Amino acid sequence: MRRFLLIAFPYVWLLALFLIPFAIVLKISLSDVALARPPYMPQFSWDEGIGAFLSQLDFENFTFLTTDDLYWKAYLSSLKIAAISTVLTLFVGYPIAYGMARAPEAWRPTLMMLVILPFWTSFLIRVYAWRGILSQEGYLNQVLMWTGVISEPLTILNTNIAVYIGVVYTYLPFMILPIYAALDRLDGSLIEAAEDLGCSRRSAFWLVTIPLSRPGIIAGSFLVFIPTLGEFVIPSLLGGSGTLMIGKVLWEEFFNNRDWPVASAVAIILLLILIVPIVLFQKNQQRQAEAEG
Amino acid sequence: MSRLSPFNVVSLTLGFAFLYLPMLILIVYSFNESQLVTVWAGFSTKWYGELARNEAFLDAAWVTLRVAFFSSTIATVLGTMAAYVLVRGGRFFGRTLFSGMIYAPLVMPEVITGLSLLLLFIGLGLDRGILTIVLAHTTFSMCYVSVVVSSRLVTFDRSLEEAALDLGCSPAEAFRLVTLPIIAPAVISGWLLAFTLSLDDLVIASFTAGPSATTLPIKIFSAVRLGVTPEINALSTIMIGIVTVGVIIASISTKRARVKAEADERMAQRTA
Amino acid sequence: MSQTVFAPWTDPAAKPLIRFKNVTKRFGTFTAIEELTLDIYEREFFALLGPSGCGKTTMMRMLAGFEDPTEGSIELAGEDIVKVPPNQRAVNMMFQSYALFPHLTVRDNIAFGLKRERKPRDEVDARVEEMLRLVQLQPFASRKPHQISGGQRQRVALARSLAKAPKLLLLDEPLGALDKKLREETQFELMDIQEKTGTTFVIVTHDQEEAMTVASRIAVMKDGALMQVATPSQIYENPNSRYVAGFIGDVTILEGKATKLGDAYEVRWAEGQPPLRAKSTLDLADGAECQLAIRPEKVEIHGEKPSDDNVLQGKVIDIGYLGNISTYHVELANGQIIRAQNFNTERDTRRAFTWDDNVWVNWTENCAVLLDH
Repeated sequence: MRRFLLIAFPYVWLLALFLIPFAIVLKISLSDVALARPPYMPQFSWDEGIGAFLSQLDFENFTFLTTDDLYWKAYLSSLKIAAISTVLTLFVGYPIAYGMARAPEAWRPTLMMLVILPFWTSFLIRVYAWRGILSQEGYLNQVLMWTGVISEPLTILNTNIAVYIGVVYTYLPFMILPIYAALDRLDGSLIEAAEDLGCSRRSAFWLVTIPLSRPGIIAGSFLVFIPTLGEFVIPSLLGGSGTLMIGKVLWEEFFNNRDWPVASAVAIILLLILIVPIVLFQKNQQRQAEAEG
Repeated sequence: MSRLSPFNVVSLTLGFAFLYLPMLILIVYSFNESQLVTVWAGFSTKWYGELARNEAFLDAAWVTLRVAFFSSTIATVLGTMAAYVLVRGGRFFGRTLFSGMIYAPLVMPEVITGLSLLLLFIGLGLDRGILTIVLAHTTFSMCYVSVVVSSRLVTFDRSLEEAALDLGCSPAEAFRLVTLPIIAPAVISGWLLAFTLSLDDLVIASFTAGPSATTLPIKIFSAVRLGVTPEINALSTIMIGIVTVGVIIASISTKRARVKAEADERMAQRTA
Repeated sequence: MSQTVFAPWTDPAAKPLIRFKNVTKRFGTFTAIEELTLDIYEREFFALLGPSGCGKTTMMRMLAGFEDPTEGSIELAGEDIVKVPPNQRAVNMMFQSYALFPHLTVRDNIAFGLKRERKPRDEVDARVEEMLRLVQLQPFASRKPHQISGGQRQRVALARSLAKAPKLLLLDEPLGALDKKLREETQFELMDIQEKTGTTFVIVTHDQEEAMTVASRIAVMKDGALMQVATPSQIYENPNSRYVAGFIGDVTILEGKATKLGDAYEVRWAEGQPPLRAKSTLDLADGAECQLAIRPEKVEIHGEKPSDDNVLQGKVIDIGYLGNISTYHVELANGQIIRAQNFNTERDTRRAFTWDDNVWVNWTENCAVLLDH
């Protein structure tokens, strides 16, 4: 009995507040928009029966998504922005993780804390901080003009570049931590063995360190890629009107256009796109867990 | 002994500068006299005073704290239960679905979670307000709590629980007297994580909040969309300050615990 | 006053404390214990001995109540305990990892089980003090488990499991985590405590020396079945199978065919080698397949051919010097190696035999054990 309650409480909670809402999204994505409140058709009613209800559902919203190239472009541009910023985060994060792993033992807890600290601070505030830096009269332009690197202020805010910077900045800890964990586990005598066998420092790095930190690289990349794909805050605060990201489109579809069925259809497709990287990520984690025995 | 090459030193310095400069600038400019945030016009704390008189912000902060407290507390209870079920529950009907529902919200884009919960609340005819935000936050943060707690439970020596049963505990007593005190640090960090997630959340709160209750992130978001303001800088500084103090206290106490463990180790060896 | 030998298992009127009746335990498709029947008597120090995976730990966990038998029954003092949950059994267990509660002091660990019985406080305190004295840990009572040494932790675990004065104490590899020297000391301590408290002990171990030292009887297990249940000396001197002979102590096994010859058997075991004589109570048909098990310490080694029975000629190919004894590996003409042990009773004497020496080995017909499987 006790065991039953133990299972039932969280189970029912998740069913009611995760699975059922999700089923509602699925259902509304198949409904028609209506000028009513709630603004969609059909409403389920027991008098008409399930058959009549189901017969009114259709894939019209999904067809609509394929005909309006706004959605196509938004999906593709989300994928592109997520992919580019993941690569950028890797290039910024790897040297930091590598430096941390080679730092003296006594510094490492502090360095770890310094990487984790931003993670506990508000995401919104960290994104917001860049608005002041990147704007026309922002601190970056002030510094660059003052040093004479440029004579005209650069337009960075409200472009995709600002979005890249924002993603790299906010998701950097997610990249650093798994890579650092992989490098930290790496047995230092392996590098010495490689050098003993005739590798130069550099080739030992490419032939031993990089391949052995690959699980960390893969894990970190997915941890950046997956949330970036559905990101809303960064494109809406740092991106411009030209920055198309699906999370932002969904938000606007819902709050500005009040088209719930289309917003739901957008959500369903976003989820379908996400399944592939999530499954790949899971596989990578499992492999790693098995390799560690 | 340091094996740091010049390259390592440069990448660490630049890396941490990149991580911390934006926040540092924010903090510095929160003490700027000028209304124009990008022009330095002398030191002043007047924006903190403005902030303290801003009723809307104070109300939102109070709502946010209450939401965070209730949602993280419920999430900790439910998440710990879920973790225990996942690690110790054995087989039961729908176990795969259950573990799927625990992990899915971790990777679910916030816009989708928010949208789906909003549609549920509308379907139920629930008035949007503090209650709905608490329900929404509890749902996703219980999954984080459950991951944190279950990773501790996995390494938990099961024979400790068996020893408790062997010495006459009922299963519930064994949990209360043995398991819970030992996994308490993980439960506490789960609670802290849930609390911060709730404090920070903008997207899900935007979907589930109603006109009667606005949270601080929603307020900040609508303010910063229009531009950078010194008042928001001041608010950010306060929030960064609180988190920094918290994290530093936490890391000092873990360091203390480590030093104490080493001392205990030496003591054990001496008496051997 | 004549002291009676403690051997309740030889008394048909004695009631066993524990009785396994046709117990089978399956985990999914894997059978851990098969159709096992076993009696253990009060005040026994009973050892379950076997390699890992032989089912000995499963037996113990069934006694403690952490596993239920798939079939069969387990009785404790005449009552079926299969349905009794672990927290209501008069059985306590000392865990392999000790399972000391890290958040409680030594004293609170020992008091843990007593407090669950809702006994008055002074009674609990008195019992804890008694236990602390028993394991000589009074000075460490207020320390936490990680503040004491491995040997002390082992004693806390023992005290904790004895505190409730169980009818039966289960010990799961109790000395496995200790180093060799400490382990040997602790073995005698365990025997002492067992005798003082009069508790029945069931110990699980894979260490044959440990089982030989502490146990009144040993059950040798393999693949979920009992191979032999007997006293240590019977197990050593009269193993009932090749498996038991090989599992306990060193042994050389020769395979051959037996022919009855008076009260002994003659074993023909190799072309060109003389037949060997062995006394046995086994009833073997003439020409039946059999094995001869010979312990190295029972084999004598000679420079000249002795005139006894069971003499084989060979060459010394290896010498293992262990300080107190030396083991000679003697290779016969057919390639068979016989091991012989000599005690080094004097210091610094030159060894009587060295590599490539031509030697003779022999043993008496009482010393070799004839086995039929």
